[in-house]
Amino acid sequence: MKFKAVIANFKDNVATAISNIKKGETVSVKIDKELLEITSNENIPFGHKLSLTDIPKGEDVIKYGEVIGRATRNIRKGDYVHIHNVESKRGRGDLVR
Amino acid sequence: MKIMGYRRPNGKIGIRNHIVVLPTSVCASETATRISNLVEGTVALTHQHGCCQVGADHQQTVRTLIGLGNNPNVGAVLVVGLGCEGVEPTFIAEEIGKTGKPVEMITIQGCGGTLKTIEKGTRILKNMAQKILNMPREEVDISEITLGIECGGTDTTSGIAANPAAGTASDMLLNYGGTAMLSETTELIGAEHILAKRAVNDKVAQKLLDIVKKTEERAMSLGVDIRGSQPTPGNIEGGVTTIEEKSLGCIYKAGSAPIQGVLKYGEPPEDKGFYVMDTPGQDIESITGMLAGGAQVIIFTTGRGTPTGAPIAPVIKITGNSNTFKNMIDNIDINAGKVIDQGVSIKQVGKEIFNEIVSVCNGKLTKAEILKHREFGIYKIAPTF
Repeated sequence: MKFKAVIANFKDNVATAISNIKKGETVSVKIDKELLEITSNENIPFGHKLSLTDIPKGEDVIKYGEVIGRATRNIRKGDYVHIHNVESKRGRGDLVR
Repeated sequence: MKIMGYRRPNGKIGIRNHIVVLPTSVCASETATRISNLVEGTVALTHQHGCCQVGADHQQTVRTLIGLGNNPNVGAVLVVGLGCEGVEPTFIAEEIGKTGKPVEMITIQGCGGTLKTIEKGTRILKNMAQKILNMPREEVDISEITLGIECGGTDTTSGIAANPAAGTASDMLLNYGGTAMLSETTELIGAEHILAKRAVNDKVAQKLLDIVKKTEERAMSLGVDIRGSQPTPGNIEGGVTTIEEKSLGCIYKAGSAPIQGVLKYGEPPEDKGFYVMDTPGQDIESITGMLAGGAQVIIFTTGRGTPTGAPIAPVIKITGNSNTFKNMIDNIDINAGKVIDQGVSIKQVGKEIFNEIVSVCNGKLTKAEILKHREFGIYKIAPTF
């Protein structure tokens, strides 16, 4: 079976598309030994991320089993996850003072 | 495991046999280039620095220039100074001379201008070339190799495919007793706590955390969001959202070996094993630092594709993105994208990379070498005065 999205670590709440995924398309993501079915709410380009769960605004986004940033708005399961709804928590000189 | 290399008088092993023309300042760079253009097998390491630099910034340029001359891929060095610069040509030549390799020094003021310097320098280089370029390779152990590990033009395939495979290759070299270096401190932001756990002791762990903290503070002091610079616009287009995500993918290329120490920019490691060097995330300055630290060969993972080479070492280009491999076939040596689209294991691609490192050590030219890519840049840490 060829997967269209993969996770790096079982703790992840986002998966990486390894093919272009169309809006409305249901893809399987292998988590440990289980398969999670996700229906994409948007077009996800190759290499970009798809949410595996609802991630409320302000919560951490997890990839590689680690924090890659926080949600800047409520993210729904199946949403496209990128700079429009996630921000970095590090190197934020703009937030100083 | 044995490879065929060039043994230098101090016992270090080169896998290339370059003759370097080394200007000690920007004022001598044009003349150095002209001399190098006249003699086969030589390369001028031109740069913008060497004068009116202060403190740690001055010391870093000095350390880097000496390190580049000391690199075992360099068979002989002609130091070309203007004659009045802050980085003293005599000192640089003496320090490189401690390796036992042929080193000569001339200054433009000492020779009496451009033309006389070119004449004298060209004759020196010609004599060096006759001696050095005909040196045979001999059988040496692969444990003499120091590998520099670089990534640039990252997309999300780098973290999934190219970087883990590069890490496997690095681990293989280390298992044969070699040395490897990870650099690009900026691209450790958000992943430093994972790497720190691999330090051989608390002191090394703390040093690693300190260099990352300093780099982050430097970015913060500019009062802007680091995003847009790190990750770059191309990283973002490739699916990388934050510096943390970039860093976490980046460190896969560091394999799994314990970290023996943290090196200053351009500082050679004291022993064998795995090291982290404090360099910026900019590829050219990062590679230049690792060359000054003694790396003889560089592996370079890229998602978006990049042509980068280096003047004194082969750069092996690897992509995790099969589209990029097709798009930039003239520049990329290895396609790790088959991990993603053909289900080939990371381990198998790692072995392919390691085998390529061995071939390149034995003399196989990389695409960057064939296309004469010789990008070069010394990292500056303070403004010029």
